[in-house]
Amino acid sequence: MHLYAIFALPFLGALAAALLPSERFRPLLIPAVGLLHAYYSLRLAFAPQPYPPDAMLGLDALGRLILLVVSLLFAASSLYAVGYFRTHPTWGNRIFIVCLLVFLGAMSLAAAARNFGLLWVAVEATTVISAPLIYFNRNRLSIEATWKYLLICSVGIALAMLGLMFVAYAGLQAGQGPGLQIDRMLAEAGLLSKPWLRTGFVFLLVGFGTKMGLAPLHTWKPDAYGEAPGLVGALLAGGLTSVSLLAVLRALQIMTAAGEDILARQFLLILGILSLIFAAIFVIRQRDIKRMLAYSSVEHMGILAVGLAVGKLAAYGAMFHVMNNALTKGALFMCAGNIHRYFGSKRMCETRGAAAALPWSATLFLIGFLAITGSPPFGPFISQLTIIRGIFDGGNVLLGIGFPFLLLIIFIGMSTTVMPVVLAPAEADPSPGEGAKETWLTVLSPLLLMSAVLVLGLSLPEPLRRLFQEAADLIEVGP
Amino acid sequence: MPIPINEILVAVILLNFFILGTSRLGTCIMAVASQGILLALLPPLVHGVNGHSVLLSVGALSIKGVVIPWLLFRAIRRVRIRREVEPRIGYIASLLLSALITTAAFLFADRLPLLPLHIHSFFIPVALSTLGAGFLLLITRRKAITQVLGYLVFENGIFIFGILLVEAMPLMVEAGVLLDMLVAIFVMGIVMNHINREFSTINTEHLSLLKE
Amino acid sequence: MTETISTFFIHLLLLFGLSPLLAGVIARTKALVAGRQGPPVTQLYRDIWKLFRKEMVISETTTWVFRAGPLVGFAVPILAALLVPFGAMHAPLSFTGDAILFVYLLALARFFTILAALDTGSSFEGMGAAREATFSALAEPAIFVAFIVLAHTSGSLTLSSMLRPGPGGELFHGPSSMSLLLVSFSLFIILLAENCRIPFDDPNTHLELTMIHEVMVLDHSGPDLGLILYGAALKLLLSSALVLNLVLPSSGNDLVDTLVFIAGLLLLAVCIGLVESAMARLRLIRIPQLLVGTTMLSFFALLLIVR
Repeated sequence: MHLYAIFALPFLGALAAALLPSERFRPLLIPAVGLLHAYYSLRLAFAPQPYPPDAMLGLDALGRLILLVVSLLFAASSLYAVGYFRTHPTWGNRIFIVCLLVFLGAMSLAAAARNFGLLWVAVEATTVISAPLIYFNRNRLSIEATWKYLLICSVGIALAMLGLMFVAYAGLQAGQGPGLQIDRMLAEAGLLSKPWLRTGFVFLLVGFGTKMGLAPLHTWKPDAYGEAPGLVGALLAGGLTSVSLLAVLRALQIMTAAGEDILARQFLLILGILSLIFAAIFVIRQRDIKRMLAYSSVEHMGILAVGLAVGKLAAYGAMFHVMNNALTKGALFMCAGNIHRYFGSKRMCETRGAAAALPWSATLFLIGFLAITGSPPFGPFISQLTIIRGIFDGGNVLLGIGFPFLLLIIFIGMSTTVMPVVLAPAEADPSPGEGAKETWLTVLSPLLLMSAVLVLGLSLPEPLRRLFQEAADLIEVGP
Repeated sequence: MPIPINEILVAVILLNFFILGTSRLGTCIMAVASQGILLALLPPLVHGVNGHSVLLSVGALSIKGVVIPWLLFRAIRRVRIRREVEPRIGYIASLLLSALITTAAFLFADRLPLLPLHIHSFFIPVALSTLGAGFLLLITRRKAITQVLGYLVFENGIFIFGILLVEAMPLMVEAGVLLDMLVAIFVMGIVMNHINREFSTINTEHLSLLKE
Repeated sequence: MTETISTFFIHLLLLFGLSPLLAGVIARTKALVAGRQGPPVTQLYRDIWKLFRKEMVISETTTWVFRAGPLVGFAVPILAALLVPFGAMHAPLSFTGDAILFVYLLALARFFTILAALDTGSSFEGMGAAREATFSALAEPAIFVAFIVLAHTSGSLTLSSMLRPGPGGELFHGPSSMSLLLVSFSLFIILLAENCRIPFDDPNTHLELTMIHEVMVLDHSGPDLGLILYGAALKLLLSSALVLNLVLPSSGNDLVDTLVFIAGLLLLAVCIGLVESAMARLRLIRIPQLLVGTTMLSFFALLLIVR
């Protein structure tokens, strides 16, 4: 019953938003749907419901984790959305809000899909429906970003479809009845034809990896994140990437069940390390705070991929990191949005001294930066440390040294951008009333998210720990 | 009367060549549409007439053969662009490349570990070469609309492969795939219109403001 | 022996007698489609006859090459025609590898036409020669690939057996039917290209910028021009025979087959007329595209049979 609520709510909300004539009250639908959705997701996440083996929909530990992450992020950012539209009361918001809610519905659908085809459909739907969100600012830059995002991700997703078909063909060749039902594929994975399965995995990884933003398939990411409103950036960087990661995890699950996990892990490791290197190169001297965050997102996708590739303890760390990354990145993008709106620019040189003008947002931005780069006592510190420990447990010393080294470079690179923005004395006072000041709504969301990240770092609640562990165990199930 | 499956697949490849070689945008759209229509005929021919294959066929026919071409024609009418393709590399080079891809696809397909049923079938090589042609269009064409056409040809290639797997896909998923594609093209059309309004062209080489 | 000699004569008779008729049929078809009366179908016979009785004007700057052009252009199609079977009639000459000779004979004729055009020293004719050289260089691979396909299906390098895929129109039933269909289609396009028909060249135009073949023969007059016209007509029949041999079924009865062949020639001429009426001449820049496309078509046919 609750399972259906998580799709029904966003879609009904979208319908209501489409029909509601009032531009003023329409934004209120977002927190209404978001909070209810979060309520149901919380209940689902910690009270697993069994589902029949041939079901189209059902939530296993991975699905519950991703659903929880997406839902919490959305609920927190829904408050920000209300504040966002208060500052722009004249902007038409019907399409934006409808798309936003459908976006949530599609992400929930992806989390609960038990059929690989359905998962694909949901992920593709998120691509299409988020394009209008990125284009919300309606200028040359955002149209360019939207076009690149739409085309690159559509092609990526099409490649994933091809991979899916290869995997299905592997099943056809094994003589088992063809099908893309995940549980059945897992159960019969040992029979799958290996060459087709391997090729299929590569395509799936490339396809969904494009959507995740793993280097070198990340090229759309800085543009899309840079030009989208902060709210959308938060949902893309925290929600969409997690959902795409889920699709990659499903592929990894099948490979592991078929006894092909070594190959899969190698590919993941290569893409993960590449992502870290790319992020390290481009984050240095990055003048644009949102683009900097985009590269940070590439970095964290790389961290997740490395964690998954190493496995065991690191896989647990990666599951933990999914949540940390989503919540922290959400807070960062919303703060960046506040700064962007106040200064009318997201260039580093034009946003100096934000702390004086926007005390809350700037402080939260700084804290978020410290958290995301892995400073104690926040959640990402614990999860990254767990991944590093996992690497050393696996005996890969070279990686164990190189990985933190890359993280350090990225920390330094990001700090050269963040510090001037937050702490430098303002060069010229922007005339009062020029930019939009922060309001309690636009500050509350990142504040909530950052407190959650702090709690995760200080003491991880037991049910959550169990959820991460169960999710990590699912990936590790061998043949 | 033998079932003309291979003939249809050969026609699909020839259409690939045609799409890569033609210089008129309208003709290009028509060719992509007819490729979609040809492909839509295949599921019932391959799997026999049953509810599933017929529904898939009708869905593909109406979306690939009618609605999407209509959307694209509307798009080029709206933005009043030059009706020329303007490729980044010449037509002859694209033709030669696609011939290379097709050859590679045929040679490669025979080395794949296929089901006995599919050995020497045309499906795999045609699917591979159509994928290649779609990719070529995506990479080598300047206009936004021709990139969309490339994406469509690419999807057609996937569709050919998918016909072998009709039983693997629940109808709901297939409907979802087609619907997603339709909405994607719809959104791309809108974005194209906005690109044209902002830049007064839909040549994507002008989309170069965002870079490091 | 007597049979061989009689075939030889019938072959030549058909070639010389029928070839100007084809051009007439094409012109008539185009006229009818356009709603005009048009010249009689025998117009070309009369033109040639008239030209042979005229005197010749030869520029002082030219050399013997200028005279050799029309002669070679007339003699070569006759030689080439001896290699090609006409329907049921076997080719008078055939030996292994004559397909290659056939292509080179056509190239030889073109070579001399081009030289003769260059010999006048006029830049205008030089331009035509350059175009002819370019396009024929692109058309030749198409012919070669088509011939390779035919050689592969028939297992022989002799035109006589290459062009006869089997009795009873095997084209539409055999295992390589699709390739043969593609090859016949590309041979038809090559026919249009080789004989300077629309959409490659417009045989009627005398507009400077668009001419290819016509411009090269502008300086010829009298009997020389007659030879050129006759040579072109022979070449048209020759190329048509290539396509027809592939497409026409054979009944086994020689007389019927020969009649069917003649009817086929006329029908093909009507088809060419219809194509010319329906299409516009391509821009020069697009012609290489079409020729490469034709090569691709033959190439793809090859791919289908060798896989």
